[in-house]
Amino acid sequence: MSGPFLISLLTFTPLLGGLVLLTLKREEQKLARIFAIIFSLIPAIGVLALWSKFSNGEAGLQFSERHPWIPSLGIEYFVGIDGLGLLMMLLTTIVVPFALFSTSKEIANPKIHFALYLFLQTGLYGTFTALNFFHWFIFWELSLVPAFFLIKLWGGPERTRAAYQFFVYTLLGSVAMLLAFLAIFSATGVFDFIQLADAARSGALAAAVENKLTLGSFSAEQILFILFLGVLLGFAVKVPLFPFHTWLPATYAEAPSSVSMTLTGVMSKMGVYGFLRILLPIFPEQMRAALTPLLWLAVATIVFSAYAAYAQKDLKRIIAYSSINHLGYCLLGLFAVMKSTEGDLLSEKAAALNGVILQMFNHGITASALFCFVGILEKRSGGIRGLNDFGGLRKVAPVFCGLMGISIFSSLGLPGLNGFVGEFLIFKGVFSLASWAAAISTLGLLITAIFLLTILQKVFSGPVNQKWAGLSDLTKTERLTVAPAIALMFLFGIFPQFLIGIINPTVVAMLQRLNF
Amino acid sequence: MTWIAKNLWLIPVLPLVAAGLSALLKQSQRRAAASLAIGSLAISFLLACCAFAATLHAPVHGEVFRQTPSFTWLQFGESSLRLGTVLDPLTAIMLVMVTFVGLLIFIYSTGYMAHDKNFTRFFCFLALFAAAMLGIIISNNLLLLFISWELVGLASYLLIGFWYHKPSAAAAAKKAFITTRIGDMGFFIGILWLYSQTGTLLFYDHGNGCLEATALTKLVSTTTLGGMAVSTAIALLIFCGAIGKSGQVPLHVWLPDAMEGPTPVSALIHAATMVAAGVFLVARCYPIFEVSSIASLIRFGIPAPPPSLAIQVVTWIGAITAVFAALIAVAQTDIKRILAYSTVSQLGFMMIGLGVGGVAVGMFHLITHAFFKALLFLGAGSVIHGCHEEQDIRRMGGLKKFMPLTFATYAIGMMALSGVPLFFSGFWSKDEILHAAHNWSVSQIPFYLAAFGALLTAFYMTRQVCYVFLGQNKSHHKPHESPRVMTVPLTILAAFTILLGIIGTPVWPWFETYLSGHHATFDFARLTEKETLSTMLLSVVIVAVGIGSAWAIYSKVSLKPADAADPLEAIQPRVFNLLRNKFFIDELYAVTVLRLNAVLTQFADWLDQAVWGGIVKAFSSLAIGLSWLSRTVDEQVVNLGFNQGCESVRDSSKAVSKIQDGKIQHYLRYIGIALVVLALALIWGCRS
Repeated sequence: MSGPFLISLLTFTPLLGGLVLLTLKREEQKLARIFAIIFSLIPAIGVLALWSKFSNGEAGLQFSERHPWIPSLGIEYFVGIDGLGLLMMLLTTIVVPFALFSTSKEIANPKIHFALYLFLQTGLYGTFTALNFFHWFIFWELSLVPAFFLIKLWGGPERTRAAYQFFVYTLLGSVAMLLAFLAIFSATGVFDFIQLADAARSGALAAAVENKLTLGSFSAEQILFILFLGVLLGFAVKVPLFPFHTWLPATYAEAPSSVSMTLTGVMSKMGVYGFLRILLPIFPEQMRAALTPLLWLAVATIVFSAYAAYAQKDLKRIIAYSSINHLGYCLLGLFAVMKSTEGDLLSEKAAALNGVILQMFNHGITASALFCFVGILEKRSGGIRGLNDFGGLRKVAPVFCGLMGISIFSSLGLPGLNGFVGEFLIFKGVFSLASWAAAISTLGLLITAIFLLTILQKVFSGPVNQKWAGLSDLTKTERLTVAPAIALMFLFGIFPQFLIGIINPTVVAMLQRLNF
Repeated sequence: MTWIAKNLWLIPVLPLVAAGLSALLKQSQRRAAASLAIGSLAISFLLACCAFAATLHAPVHGEVFRQTPSFTWLQFGESSLRLGTVLDPLTAIMLVMVTFVGLLIFIYSTGYMAHDKNFTRFFCFLALFAAAMLGIIISNNLLLLFISWELVGLASYLLIGFWYHKPSAAAAAKKAFITTRIGDMGFFIGILWLYSQTGTLLFYDHGNGCLEATALTKLVSTTTLGGMAVSTAIALLIFCGAIGKSGQVPLHVWLPDAMEGPTPVSALIHAATMVAAGVFLVARCYPIFEVSSIASLIRFGIPAPPPSLAIQVVTWIGAITAVFAALIAVAQTDIKRILAYSTVSQLGFMMIGLGVGGVAVGMFHLITHAFFKALLFLGAGSVIHGCHEEQDIRRMGGLKKFMPLTFATYAIGMMALSGVPLFFSGFWSKDEILHAAHNWSVSQIPFYLAAFGALLTAFYMTRQVCYVFLGQNKSHHKPHESPRVMTVPLTILAAFTILLGIIGTPVWPWFETYLSGHHATFDFARLTEKETLSTMLLSVVIVAVGIGSAWAIYSKVSLKPADAADPLEAIQPRVFNLLRNKFFIDELYAVTVLRLNAVLTQFADWLDQAVWGGIVKAFSSLAIGLSWLSRTVDEQVVNLGFNQGCESVRDSSKAVSKIQDGKIQHYLRYIGIALVVLALALIWGCRS
C-alpha cells in the first residue's frame, strides 16, 4: 500500500485501541496495560513503512490524502508529511510506547488511564499530519483533553490545581488562535495551511483582510498583526516562551512521571511544530516586524529558565525548567532564521533550522528518559524526589546512576551524545544571524551544566544516605525499558546525519519559501 | 597518503572501544579490564611510533610533513561539515608522548589501585580519558577537537570524582567540570565565530583550511569591536578554553582541588594529558594567534612585525600564572598539592614559551615536563602508598632510607623540574624559554617573572624533598618501598627525564627543526650566539640560589616535630599565611562570582514565583472575582427579585389553594353557603 490511507490508518489505530480498552470488563483490567502497549506499537509499523518509502531527497509533501469534507466551508480532510512531519511521527512513535512501558502495573483504573493515553497518541499523530486548520485544531485539542484528565486523575498531591492551570492556560492560547483563524477564514474562506501560506506570499491574504475585515479604526496591516499575535499566543504558551511558561513546572511536576514523559517528549514539540508549519509560513512579515523582541524573549527563556532550574529543589521541577531551557534554543533558532539579511546566508539559516528540528527530536528522547528515571526513583522512594533527600545512590544502584548519568550528560549537551549536535547547529546558525543573542545564550549552556551536575553530586555522590541503603537497582524490565532511549542517544550523537538527511530538503524548501 | 595517516583514527578509537567494552564488565573482572586498557594503549603506542617514523622526513626541505584525510559528518543546506585527522610532526610527537606516558601510568595503576573495589571502572575511565586526549591530538578540525576536548572534561570529571563517596571528591569533580566549562563557553563562541568567518573548521585542507593563508588573510583584514582584528578576537576566545583546561589564572582554581582523585589520575591529568591540552590547543591554532597583519603573512617580510595582541596576552597570562602558582606552592604542605601548583606554574612557563618563542619552545617544555611531572606524581603516589595514605609532608621525613628507588627517581624528577643544568631535560627546555623571553621585543617583564618563577621552583622542590626524604621518619607505621609494578615505570620515566634533554639543546636543536620541517645539524657556534651562554649562566645561578636558599632553611626541617611552624612562617607569618591560603582566590570567587550566581538564581525564581506567577494569579483572581460578582448579582438581585415575585405568587396561590383542599365536605359547605347566599340574593332581588 503506497500510502493513500497509511497516515489515517496509523493515526486512528490508537483511538480504536482506546475504545476497545473501554469495553474491557472489570476483571480484565489487568490486560489494559499490555493491550495499550500493543496498540501504541501498531502505528510503529506504519511509521516505519512511511519512513522506508519516504524519499529523502524530496522536499514536498509525501503520502498526502485529500478528501472533501464540508466543501461549503472549505473544510477538507487533508493530511500529509514532509521531513519535519515524519520526524515528529517517529518521535511520537518512540516516546509514547516508552512512556507506556514505564507506567506502573499497579496504576489505579488502568482501563481508563491507558485509553486516555491512546487517545492522546491519536491527537499527536493528527496534529503532526493535518494540513487543514479545521481538523488540525480538533487534534490539537484532542491531545489536550486526555492530558488534562491524566494529570487530574492520576497526578500528585497538587494535581487538581496543576491540571486546571495547564488546561486553562493552554486553552486560552488555543482560543486566541481559534479566533484568529476564524477571522482569517471569514476574510479568505480558506482553512488550508498551504493555500494560506501561498496567499501570504502573494499578498492575497493582506488584500483579503483589507477588503473583508474591519476592526475599529485599525488598518489591514494592524489587523493582520493582531491576528498574528493571537496565533503566536497559542504556540508561545504551548512551547512555552518566556513569560508564558509558568504553567509548565507545576504541570510536569504534578503529572505522573509517565505522563510527564509525553508532555515534555512530544507535546512540548507541538508548539515548535506549530511555529514551523503554521506561524512562520502564514505570517512571515509580521514575524519579521516582531523579531527583535521575540529574539530577546527567546534569550530570556533560555537564561532565566536555566537559572530558575538551579533554584529548584524538586527533581521533577528541575527537569521541567530544563525542558523550557532546551526548547528556548529551538525558539532562538527559528526566530533567528526569520531575520532578513544581506545576502541570503542560506547555509547559516539551514544550519539553524536543521538544528531546531534536530533539537526537538533529541530533546524529546533525552527529556522523556530523564522523567522516566525520576519516575523509577520515585517509585522506590515512595514519592520522595527532593534534590537533598538522597545521597550516595551510586553505591546502591550503580546501573541506575550510570544510565541516568548518561541521560544527564546528553541533556547538558555533551558531544558524542545526541544533545550536542542540535545545539551546535543552532548556535552555528544563530551566531551569524544574531551574534549577541547567541553569545548571551551560551550562559544557558553553562548554567545547565551547573544544575545538572548538582543532581549528580547531591543524589548520586557522597556517603550513602542510610535511609536508602536498601534501594534496589534497575530490574531487568526497567533496563529493557530505558535501553532503547540510551542507545538512541549514542546513535544520534555519533551519526546525526541519519536525521538531518530526512529533514534537510524540507528545511531548504522552507527557507526558500520564507525568504521570498 | 601513507597507511598510517589514513588510519590515524585507530589510535584514539582503540582505547575508546576498550573503554566501551570494560564499561560492560562486572566488578570482579579486574584482570580483563586492565588488560583491555593496557593492551589497547600499547597498540596505540606502536601505531603512534609508526606515525612518528612517517613524519621524520620532510618531503621538501622547510616544509613539514602533513597529511589530512577527511570525511563528511553532516550535510545541511547546500554545505557540509567535514571532520578529519591530521598527521604532522606536532601530532606525532604528542601522540608518542601521550601514549607512552599514559601506558606507564596505566601499568603503575594496576599496582596503585590493586585494592580498590572499583578497579574495573577505574580502567574504563582511564581508557576513555586516553581516547579523548588522543582525539584532541589527531583532530584536523576544530569541532572534532572540541568534541574530544569535552570528552576529556567528562573523563576527568569521572576520574577526579572517582571516590564519589567522599563529598570533597564529588565537589572537586563538579568544580573542575564547571570551571573548565566557563573557559569552554568562550572557546565555543570562538569556534562559532571562526566558522562563520571562514566557512570551514578544518585546520589544513589543501589551502582552504582555517589555518591557511587564504582564511588568515580574511580574518586579519576584518575588524570588530574597538578596531580589533577578528583573528585576534577569535584567538582570545580560543585561548579562554586553554586558560580553563590548562589551569591558567584566573581559572586555575579547579586544578589543585582535582587532587581529590587517585594519584595516577593526578599524574595523568597534570602531566601527560588534560592540562597539556590547553597548551597544545594554542600550539595547534598558532597561526591564528600569530597573525597580526596582512604583512605578517608574507613569510620573508623584513623587518619582523611586532607580536600580535593575542600572542602578547598568552605571554602575560603565562608569566603571571608562572609566578603566582609558584608562590602558592612554597607554602603548601600536601605533597600532591605542591606538585599541582607546580604544574600550574610550569604551564605558565609553556604559555610564555609559546608567546615569546613560538610553537617549538612551548611544546618542548610540554614534552619534557610531561615526563618529569609524571615521574614526580607517580613518585608522590609511591610515597603516599608507602606511608599508608599519608599526604602531609610534615608527617613524612627520612624516606630516603626506606624507599631508596623512589627517592632516587624522585630526586631526578625534582632536579629536572628545578632546572639543574646539563644532565636534565628540564634545564634545556626552561633555558630556551628564558632565552626567548630575554629576546622578546615587547617587554622584559615576562623574562623577569619567568626567572623569578624558576627560582621559586627550585626553592619549593628542594623544600619538599627536605621534608619528605631527609631527616627522620615521623609516621606511626614503618614506610615500605612500593612493588615493582610501580617502581619500574618510575625508573623508565627517570631515564627519559635525563635523555630527552638531548633533542633540544642549542647545539643540536632537533626538536625545533623537526617541527618546522628542517634538518638538524650540530653546531657548537650556536652556544655563543645572541647571549645564549649568558642566559644559560643566569639560569644556573637562579637554580643555585633557589636550591641553596631552600637547603639553608629546610635541610634540618624534618628533625623537628610535625606540628612545628614552617621556618618561613616564623620569619614572615602574614605573607606565609597569604600564600598558604592561595591568595584567598577561592574565597574571593565565593563572595563575587558565586554570590552573583546565587543572586541571579534567586532572581529568576522570584521572577517566576512572584512576578509572572503573580500576574497569572492576578488574572485568575480577576476571573474569579468577576464570576463571584456575577454570581452575587444573580443571587442577590436577579434571583432575589425573581424569588420574591415567585413567593408573592406562591403566597397568594397558597391562600387560594387553601380553598382547594380536596375535602368534599368543605366543597359541599362552600356550595351550600353559596347556594344560601345565591338564594338570599335572589329572594332579596325578587322582592323588589
